[in-house]
Amino acid sequence: MLKRVHFAPSVLPYLLVLPQILITLVFFIWPASQALYQSLLIQDAFGLSTEFVWFENFQNLFADDLYLGAFERTLLFSALVASISMGFALILSAMADRVIKGSGAYRTLLIWPYAVAPVAAGALWVFMLDPTLGILTYALTVMGYDWNHKLNGNEAMALVVIAAAWKQVAYNFLFFLAAMQSIPKSLIEAAAIDGAGPVRRFLTIIFPLISPTTFFLMVVNVVYAFFETFAIIHAITQGGPAKATETLVYKVFNDGFVGLDLGSSAAQSVILMAMVIGLTVIQFRYIEKKVEY
Amino acid sequence: MSISRKLLATAAVAAFAGLTGFASAATEIQWWHAMGGTNGERVDKIATDFNATQSEYKVVPVYKGNYTDTMTAAIAAFRAKQQPHIVQVFEVGTATMMAAKGAVYPVEQVMKDAGEPFDKSKYLPAVISYYQTSQGELLSMPFNSSTPVLWYNKDAFKKAGIANPPKTWDDMKSASEKLVAAGYKCGFSFGWQSWVMIENYSAWHNLPMGTKENGFAGLDTKFTFNNDHVKARLAKIADWSKDKLFTYGGRRGDSLSMFTNGECGMWMNSSAYYGSIKKQAKFDFGQTMLPLDTDVASKPQNSIIGGATLWVLKGHPKGDYKGVAKFMTYLSSPEVQAWWHQQTGYVPITTAAYELSKKQGFYDSNPGTDTAIHELSLNTPTPNSRGLRFGNFVQIRDVLNEEMEAIWSGKKSAADAIDEAAVRGDTLLRKFERANN
Repeated sequence: MLKRVHFAPSVLPYLLVLPQILITLVFFIWPASQALYQSLLIQDAFGLSTEFVWFENFQNLFADDLYLGAFERTLLFSALVASISMGFALILSAMADRVIKGSGAYRTLLIWPYAVAPVAAGALWVFMLDPTLGILTYALTVMGYDWNHKLNGNEAMALVVIAAAWKQVAYNFLFFLAAMQSIPKSLIEAAAIDGAGPVRRFLTIIFPLISPTTFFLMVVNVVYAFFETFAIIHAITQGGPAKATETLVYKVFNDGFVGLDLGSSAAQSVILMAMVIGLTVIQFRYIEKKVEY
Repeated sequence: MSISRKLLATAAVAAFAGLTGFASAATEIQWWHAMGGTNGERVDKIATDFNATQSEYKVVPVYKGNYTDTMTAAIAAFRAKQQPHIVQVFEVGTATMMAAKGAVYPVEQVMKDAGEPFDKSKYLPAVISYYQTSQGELLSMPFNSSTPVLWYNKDAFKKAGIANPPKTWDDMKSASEKLVAAGYKCGFSFGWQSWVMIENYSAWHNLPMGTKENGFAGLDTKFTFNNDHVKARLAKIADWSKDKLFTYGGRRGDSLSMFTNGECGMWMNSSAYYGSIKKQAKFDFGQTMLPLDTDVASKPQNSIIGGATLWVLKGHPKGDYKGVAKFMTYLSSPEVQAWWHQQTGYVPITTAAYELSKKQGFYDSNPGTDTAIHELSLNTPTPNSRGLRFGNFVQIRDVLNEEMEAIWSGKKSAADAIDEAAVRGDTLLRKFERANN
C-alpha cells in the first residue's frame, strides 16, 4: 500500500492570489459585465428612463452601413499599421544586427519613439503636417502637392497610419533584433563560407528562423492598431474628415461620450471584447504551437 | 495590513479634502465649467468676487475640460449621485438637458423657490428664447453667448478696392473676386459650418430648420433644412471654391489662422473670436452683419446664438439652492455682465448690461463690437429664429460637418449631401425620441 502524504490545507495560496483576483474582479469582470448589461438597454443620458431591448442595439449596429464601414476601415488601418511598422522594424533591425561600432547608440536612438506618449506622437505629426503651418506641408507645396488632411480623407488616413506605425517601429525593432541575435552565429558563418551574400543569408536563414517572433509581433501589432491607437487618432483627426479615420475604438468613444448613446456604445465595446478574446485565443492556441521551422 | 490601511485612510482624507476644500464653514456651491485659459481666469474672478460679497455661500468653480467633457462629466456624476450644483452646457446639449426632467432644476423655478427677484423682461429676447420652454419658462441661465458675424480685413479691402463691407451674398462674390484678383489666396472662409451656414442661415432668412417649431413643440420633429434655398446657396459656394473665392479650412475655429495671417480677406464665425483676432491679426479688421441671400428674403430676420448656459442640477439640500439663486442674480447684474461682455466678446445677456457698456463708451472705442447684439435683436424672434431644440444634436452637427466636407471636397453635390444629412439626422432624432419617452 502506498502511504499518502497529506499536507494540512493552508489558506496561504488563496491569500496570495486574492489581490490579483480582486483586481481582476473590480477592474475587468465588473466593468465588462456592466458593459454587457448596458448593451441590452436603450437609455437616455442621465439614466432616468430605461428600456430593456435584448439585442436590438446589436441588430442596429449590423444594419448600419456606418458601423460596417468602420469595421472595414479598422481592418485596413490595422493591416497598414502592422505591415508598415513591422516592415520598417525588420529592415532597421537587420541593419542593426550587422553594425559593430556604435551599435549601442544606434539601438538606443531607434528605441526612443517607444517612450513617446501617443498623444505627443500625434501632436508631433499634426504640427509637421498642419495644412497651414506645417513644415512638411510647406515642403510638399514646394514640390507641387497640395496637402490638406482636414479635407482629404485618404491623406488623413495616411497621416494616422504613419503616426501610429512610427510609434510602434521601436517596439517591433526590439523584438526583431533580439530574435536575430539569438540565431547561432555558426549558421550564418557556414552560409557565408558557402558563398551566400547578406541578402541571401537574410532570406534563407534569418527570416525563416525569426518567424515565431514575426507571428507574435503580427498579433501584437494588430491588437495595438485596433485598441491602442485611440489617443493618436484623437490628437490628429478626431475621426474626421467625414469619418475617414474613425476606427471601431474611436466610434465607441464618439457614440458613447460625445453622442451619449450609451446602449450602442456598450454594444460596440462588447463586440470589441469578443474580438480581443478571439485574438488572444489565436495567439495562445495556434501561433505559439503551430509555427515550426 | 495596518500600514496599508493607514495609507488608504490618508489617501481618502486627502481626496476628500481636495474635493471639498475643507477650510470654510460656508455652504459650498460646485460650479463645473468648460472655460479654459484666460476665460477660465475670468470665471474664477467672478466666483471670487461673488464669495467676497457675502459669507454664507462659497461658489467653487471647477474646470472640467471642453464642452463635451464637461457635459459628460456632469452626466456621469449625476448617475453616481455626485453631481455639481451648477454645470455649464453648450447650446447643442440643450435638448438632452431639457429632456432630463428628473435631473434638471429649471432656473426660473430655482429663483422662485428661493424667493429671489427675477424679471425675465430684462434679458435680451434672442438670448433667452433659445433656453425657454414653449410655454416661456426659462430653463437655464445664459452665461456665454455669441452669434456668427462676418469678419473682414480692412487693409485687404483697401488694397482690393472694395469700398463697403458686403451686405448680400452677391456682394460676397464680387468682394471675393476682387480679393483674389488683388493676390489674396482666398476670398472668404468660415468655421462652425453647421452653426453658421445651416442653423444661422436658416434663422437669418426665417426658414425653418425642422418641423415642430425647430423641435420646441415636441420630440417628434423632422428636419427640413434640405430645402432648395440651403442647397442652392451651398452649391454656389462649392462652385466658387474652384476659383478660390471660398476655401474650406476645417471644423470649429480651425480656419481662424487663414484669416489672421492674411490668406483670406473675410471670415464668418463667432463674434467671440474678437479677442483672438485682436491678438493675432497684424492688420486693421472689422466685423459686420451676416450677408443676406436676396433670392430668399428681402430683409434679415435675426441670428441665433451659440455658446453655453448654466444648468442647475437637482439632488442637493434645499438650502444650497438659495445660494445658487443668489449667485445667478449676481452673475446677471449689469456690472458683471458688462465686464464679461467687454472682456470676452460674448454678448451681454441683459439690456441693462448693454446700456451700461454703451454708457461706458465701449462701442465708441471698439467700433463693431455691438454687431452681434444688433444681429440678435434685429427683430422679435419667430419660431424659425428662436433657437433649436433637437436631440442628439452633437452627433447631428457631426453629420452635417461630414456631409458638408463631402461637398467642399467635391465628392457629393450639395443637393445629395444635404438630403443625406437630413435622412441621417432624422434617424438620430428618432433614436433620441425613443430613448426619452
